[in-house]
Amino acid sequence: MTKIEIVTNVYEKLGFSKRECADIVDKFFEVIKETLANGENVKISGFGNFIVKQKKARRGRNPQTGDEIEIAKRKVLNYRLSQVLKDAINDK
Amino acid sequence: MNKIDIINKVAEEMKLNQKVAKMAVDTIVDTIKKAIVNSERVEIRGFGSFTLRNYKAYKGRNPKTGELVDVQPKKLPYFKVGKELKEMIWKD
Repeated sequence: MTKIEIVTNVYEKLGFSKRECADIVDKFFEVIKETLANGENVKISGFGNFIVKQKKARRGRNPQTGDEIEIAKRKVLNYRLSQVLKDAINDK
Repeated sequence: MNKIDIINKVAEEMKLNQKVAKMAVDTIVDTIKKAIVNSERVEIRGFGSFTLRNYKAYKGRNPKTGELVDVQPKKLPYFKVGKELKEMIWKD
């Protein structure tokens, strides 16, 4: 499934033009992305949490050459599943 | 940031009333949830993708009591962060 199907569902629900619905869907993802880019977590009840984690710098190896390299400190995104969605998936 | 904050931000920036914005956001989240529950892969360009992964049964331990327990096979969604979002979070 891609964004097109999400836009179609929003279009059927709201009755706005397809263009407007596409803009709303884009805005939804943009708001989440900007929040996460600012290092803030996003919680969507019944769906899950998107958590920004700070990773420390560490020594690693290039798996191809075996050379030791420095892996810089960085931030990564983690998704934590909501219990409600977990139960829905596993038919509980 | 939680779902209500997202709704308010979408409403404000798209000049929609809050009720309409809530309908749109709920429709987006529900569409993604349904696809995941139906084992469908969801891909949002620039954001990321969700795929359902199967996990086999295994013997685990209750971390509180140390008791050996059987963990049933289960399905869990895996979120892979998109390139654009990954880079937005990464830097700084």
